[in-house]
Amino acid sequence: MSRLVIESRPERTVWAPIQVSLLAVLLTCLGGSVLFMIYGVPPLKGLDAIFIDPLRTSYGVGEILLKMAPLLLIAQGLAIGFRAQIWNIGAEGQLIVGAIAATALAIQFQGTTSPLLLPAMIIAGMMGGMVWAGIAALLRAQFNANEILVTFMLTSVALQLLYYLVAGPMRDPSGFNFPQSIRFDAAAKFPILIEGTRVNASLFIGLVASLIAVIFVQRSLVSYKMSVGGIAPAAATYAGYSSKKAIWLALLISGGAAGMAGVGEVSGPLGMLQRNISPGYGYAGIIVAVLGGLHPIGIIFASALMALVYVGGDFALLSLGVPNAVTGIFQGMLLTFYLACSFLLTSRIRWIKPDALKQEAPAD
Amino acid sequence: MDVLVFIVSGTLAAATALIFAAMGELVAEKSGVLNLGIEGMMATGAAMGFVAVSLSGSYTVGFVAAAVLGCLLSLVHAVLTLVFRADQTASGLAIGILGLGLSSAIGKSYEGRTVAGLPELNLGPLSDIPVIGEMFFQQDIMVYLSIALIFATWYVLTRTKLGLVIRAIGESPENAHALGLKVRLIRAGCVGFGGAMAGIGGAYMSTAYTPLWAEGMIAGRGWIVVALTVFGTWIVPRVAFGAYLFGSMSLLELSIQAFGWNIPSQAMSVLPYVVTIIMLAVISRNLAFIRLNSPASLGAVLKIS
Repeated sequence: MSRLVIESRPERTVWAPIQVSLLAVLLTCLGGSVLFMIYGVPPLKGLDAIFIDPLRTSYGVGEILLKMAPLLLIAQGLAIGFRAQIWNIGAEGQLIVGAIAATALAIQFQGTTSPLLLPAMIIAGMMGGMVWAGIAALLRAQFNANEILVTFMLTSVALQLLYYLVAGPMRDPSGFNFPQSIRFDAAAKFPILIEGTRVNASLFIGLVASLIAVIFVQRSLVSYKMSVGGIAPAAATYAGYSSKKAIWLALLISGGAAGMAGVGEVSGPLGMLQRNISPGYGYAGIIVAVLGGLHPIGIIFASALMALVYVGGDFALLSLGVPNAVTGIFQGMLLTFYLACSFLLTSRIRWIKPDALKQEAPAD
Repeated sequence: MDVLVFIVSGTLAAATALIFAAMGELVAEKSGVLNLGIEGMMATGAAMGFVAVSLSGSYTVGFVAAAVLGCLLSLVHAVLTLVFRADQTASGLAIGILGLGLSSAIGKSYEGRTVAGLPELNLGPLSDIPVIGEMFFQQDIMVYLSIALIFATWYVLTRTKLGLVIRAIGESPENAHALGLKVRLIRAGCVGFGGAMAGIGGAYMSTAYTPLWAEGMIAGRGWIVVALTVFGTWIVPRVAFGAYLFGSMSLLELSIQAFGWNIPSQAMSVLPYVVTIIMLAVISRNLAFIRLNSPASLGAVLKIS
């Protein structure tokens, strides 16, 4: 009788991580087809609406690039921590605090035309995100408090802080009591990058961050030390690599990046602070980081794919009436299938035929 | 007296969902599997339970449906971590996201609807006792079942052979495997049990505690459940105590409104999260204490072939 065995792969090709990602996308499409059938939509039509339709028009491509900007920034930051096994899952909260910090400046310097306002807001947003993530870093480094739980709890706190501010201190006094801030002046907004779309210069920041991430990951000793800490903590300690430093760095970098992404939203498509400033970019960023193989280049592609799923979900809602809950399910499936498939990176499944089994059996 | 009655009876009801999910998560963690997807499973259970109760009118059907779906979702986590050797953190996050998406899809057309709400169990003369009766004996059946679950979990984990096996696997799956214990099967069973309990906890939220479905109604309770296992240092009575403590905290928000105090509602809403953060820091600070109590293999990739 032939038998199924799992054995570890002796060698790994450069292409393996890409194959795994593509396989995960393929399986997600299969799972998505089932989902569409439940909704009574022909699967191919549904997949077409999500994955192809947005690419047909310049509007669709513009929206993808718009949503890609925050995902790219957040995921590049998170991946640095994930490689070191430091799990910041509160990018959503850091994004919110970054947006709040930037909005404070926009309100304070209302009416100014100074070109310095936007850079100041970007820095403020970054600092806001860093402070929020820094709380988790402090608690983890000094008190050993689990950063996964703390960053999540801080996200809930940030959300309530946002609700409080837009309903009170930061509310537009002439806004008919709507829970939103004033509309930002032109000086407080990102310039449009591509004419005729909503794509703004924050995408540029994301791409620059990706470039920095490539250099950081592949050329810096700090990044190497952090990776060792993630793969072999005991070896890292033995080599004298500080785990506290890794915790601080991972959380401050990812928090700062998420904070900047928050600025990109309020100073970009929204143009104001409101209750709803992110459709879960902070959580989607986690998926993007993992799906991109925690590699800066891979993350660029993964963020484009995730942005496509976001926009495609909206398209499917409009053209097919499929609830946009499918976006969340698609995101969850992508990550789930990726994790299942990445098993194939290190192991392979092989059928062994009976005669081969006899040959491989040790002689006794 | 009225205030006391309000606090005790309210705490019992508010903590019930947390108790179900926390006991389930505790069993899974005792076997060495961290499940960070509790939030997603509670949400899915809440949506499924609500829809099932709406359609069938039966609470039994509602809770069973929620438990089955929660269990299925958690088994995805079990397969990913036990067969495909995925990182427990990443896998838990994945099914958490999947669960939130599922809950939103399941409950979409029921958004904002209500159901009758689970009736109080009629305990006859017990319910009529003044004060004591009002505190303890005017609750629905799930409140009593959750208390029974605390005792059952404690008994099984500490007083039975099954409990010993689960704990042994949680401490050292490799040694347990060498002894011939079915590590994967038992872990999968524990994770599945945890998922089912999370589903029931979620369904309690949507069909009994606040009998309506609204997307995002679990509001971080799944994460508080994970924090509770740390807070209770993986010891059943302490975890249960933590759940009641957090249950009582959610009453504060109601009280503030009732008394008309001028505190922003958001300040009350953040209280459970802030307290969780402080508790985590205080409890986790003592590294030796945590190491002594936490299952040694918790979160580690299973290395048996």
